[in-house]
Amino acid sequence: MIEATDGRLAPVPGIAIRRAEFSGWGRYPRHQSGLVTLTAPADLTRWISGQTGVIARGNGRAYGDAAVGEKVTLSTRSLNRICAFDRQSGRITVEAGLLLSELMSVVVPLGFFPPVVPGTKFVTIGGMIAADVHGKNHHRDGGFGDHVEGLTLALPNGDVLSCARDENPELLDATIGGMGLTGTILNATFVLKPIETGFLRQTTIVAPDLAAAIAALSRTGDTTYTVAWIDCLARGASLGRSLIFAAEHAGRADLAASGSAGDAFPPPRPGRISVPVDLPGWTLNRLSVSAFNEAYFRLGAAKAGTPRLVEWNPYFFPLDGVGGWNRIYGRRGFLQYQCVIPTAQAQAVLSEILERVSRHGSASFLAVLKQLRAGRGLLSFPMEGLTLTLDLPMSAGVFMLLDALDTLVVASGGRLYLAKDARQSRSTFEAGYPNLPRMRDLRRATGAGGRVSSYQSARLGIQ
Amino acid sequence: MQPAHKTLLLAGGTSDIGRETALCYARAGWRVLLAARDVGEARRNADDIAARTGTQVSVHRLDVLETDQLQAFLDALPTLPDTVVCVIGELGDQTLAQRDFSHATRVLRTNFEGPSLLLSLLAERFLARGSGTIVGVSSVAGLRGRASNYVYGAAKAGFTAFLSGLRNRLAPEAIHVLTVNPGFVRTRMTAGMKLPPILTAEPSEVGGAIFAAAEKAKKDVIYVRKIWWLIMQVIRSIPERVFKRLKL
Repeated sequence: MIEATDGRLAPVPGIAIRRAEFSGWGRYPRHQSGLVTLTAPADLTRWISGQTGVIARGNGRAYGDAAVGEKVTLSTRSLNRICAFDRQSGRITVEAGLLLSELMSVVVPLGFFPPVVPGTKFVTIGGMIAADVHGKNHHRDGGFGDHVEGLTLALPNGDVLSCARDENPELLDATIGGMGLTGTILNATFVLKPIETGFLRQTTIVAPDLAAAIAALSRTGDTTYTVAWIDCLARGASLGRSLIFAAEHAGRADLAASGSAGDAFPPPRPGRISVPVDLPGWTLNRLSVSAFNEAYFRLGAAKAGTPRLVEWNPYFFPLDGVGGWNRIYGRRGFLQYQCVIPTAQAQAVLSEILERVSRHGSASFLAVLKQLRAGRGLLSFPMEGLTLTLDLPMSAGVFMLLDALDTLVVASGGRLYLAKDARQSRSTFEAGYPNLPRMRDLRRATGAGGRVSSYQSARLGIQ
Repeated sequence: MQPAHKTLLLAGGTSDIGRETALCYARAGWRVLLAARDVGEARRNADDIAARTGTQVSVHRLDVLETDQLQAFLDALPTLPDTVVCVIGELGDQTLAQRDFSHATRVLRTNFEGPSLLLSLLAERFLARGSGTIVGVSSVAGLRGRASNYVYGAAKAGFTAFLSGLRNRLAPEAIHVLTVNPGFVRTRMTAGMKLPPILTAEPSEVGGAIFAAAEKAKKDVIYVRKIWWLIMQVIRSIPERVFKRLKL
C-alpha cells in the first residue's frame, strides 16, 4: 500500500523522492517514508551513496514494516528484466524487481518451474531472496535461498559486489533471509526445474486432530509438496483437525490418463473475484468464519483419498484468485502470525497455541501447518520443525494474545518469521535468531549498519 | 511471407512503450533491431526480450538529434527492416522551454525533426524495395495547443502532419503509415503524475495496439484507448475564443 501525499522532497539530481504513507500487506503498521523509484541498476549505484535509512521494497507483500525505509523506501519494481535464460539447463538470471508471476508466465509454458514458490506469486525475486521464502517443499528442497547460485548486491556506498558460493560467500548467506539489510539486491541467478505438465497430482488426507495432522505431514515427507490446512476454530477432541494436501508435479502420462485434452501448461486464469473496498470490521465474525471453515473442511474431506489433478496456479496460490484479499479485514488491517516450533516440542506447543487462539475467538481465515528444515541464511526463518501460520484481524486483545504466544514460542526454542512480523519484541527476536551478532558484525563491516534500515530493523534493534 | 523472417526496427528502445512494442513483435517471431541513444540500457531490454521470447535481438546506437548520422545508422543495420516503429520523444519542461531556447529547441527537434527525418530516410529505402510499414508514435497533445505543454504539442503536431503527408504520398506504393496517439500512458515520462485510470493505458497495451494496427488491421490513425478520440473531437470543436480562456 503506497499512498502518495505530495511532490518532490529531497534534492538528489534527477531522482525524485515522493513522500508517501506505506504499510505492508497486513496494512498495519502505517509509516511515512520517501518513495524512490529507480529505473536502472546504474541509477541506484549513483544515487545510493550518501543516503541513510534506506531499504529496498519489492511488491510490498511482507505483512508488517519490513519493507518500509526509516527515511527512504527504494522501489525495485522497475528492475524487472530477465538478463539471461538458458532453455536447455533452466539456468536463469533475473533482476530483483521481477515478479514471480511474470517469471512463471514466461517459464511454465516452456516446461520449467521455480525451485521454490511461496503462497503468493505476487512477490519479487529480490523479496523472495531477502525473506528466504519457503514453499510446500521446504522439507525436501529447502528455501528459495538454497537455490540461489549467485547474486549482485549494491552496497550502501554504491559499490556493486558479486556474491556466490566461491565469492563473498558470507555476504551471500547474510543476504539470503537478510530482509534487505545487507544492501540492495540487483539480480540473482538460479536454476529452474523441468516439469512435464503444469498440473499437480494431489492427494487429500483428512486428519481428525493435531496429532494426526503432524503424523500425516511426517508420513508424507517423501512427497515433494505437503501442507496442512487447520480448522483453528475446532475445539476439544477435534482441536487441530486438518486437511493435508500432498502433491507431485504430474507427468504427461498422468495427464493422458486423466483424459484431459486441454493445454498441458494451463495459464493462470485471472481472478474472477476481487475485494474492491475495505469491508467493515464485523464482516469476519466467529460465525461467518466458522461457517466458511466447516464448508471448506467438508468439501476437502469429500475429495479425500483419490489423487486428482489440479492446475499449478490454484494449487500453489489459492488466495491470488481473490484480488486484494487483505481488504476483507477492513482498514484497521490484520496481523499474520507465523512461528516455527522445533520438532520435539511441536505437538505440545502448537496445541497450546491453537487452544489459546480458539479460546480468544480470533477469527482466523487461514491456518496453515508445514514442515521445515534448517534454513541457509544468517536470519533465515526456517529451522527443523513445524511452522504454523494464522491470520488475526486487528482488535484490542490481539496484541496481548500474541505476546503470550511469543512466550510459548521462545520457550520452545522457536522463532517468528520476519516477513510476517509487525509487532514482536526485541527480546523475542533476539531469542529466536542466534546469528544476529554475526549479522550486526557484517553490517558494520559493509557499512550497512545505520544506513540500510527499515522500520522493522529499527524496531528490532538490528543496528 | 513467414513472420519468422520479418524484422522490426524499434527506434527508442529504452522507452517503456518501445520495450513493450518490441516484446509484442518478438513474441510473434519477429527479429528485433533495438535502436537507442543509451546502448547500455538498450542492451538490458534486448537481453530481456531475447530471454523471454527466444528471438534474436540486436542493439544499435541511434541519436536522432545527430541528423547527419542517420544515413550511416541505416547503412550499418544488418538488414532493411520490414517495419519501423519510432517511439522517440521527450515531454520536456514547458516552463523551462518558455525561457530557455536550447531546451525548447531540443524538445522540438527530439519530437519532430529527428523522428521525421529518420522516417523519411526509411521511406525512401522502403520505396526502393517496394514494401514496408512505418509507425510513428505521436500524441494527442499535438491535436490542439495548450498552455501546459504547447512546445511539446507543437512538435507532435508537426510530426502528426508529417506522418499524414507521408501516408498520402506512399499510399499508391503500398507502403503503410500508421500514426499512434497513445493518450496517457503509465511510463517513466508520466511517473508521479496523477492520471485518471480510465484514460491511462499500460505500455503493454500500447505495444499490443501498435502490433495489431500495423500488422493486422492496417489502420491509418489509432487512439490506444478509444475514448481519447471522442475527447479530442470535443476539444478540437471548442471555438478558439472560448478555448483560449480555458485551463486544460
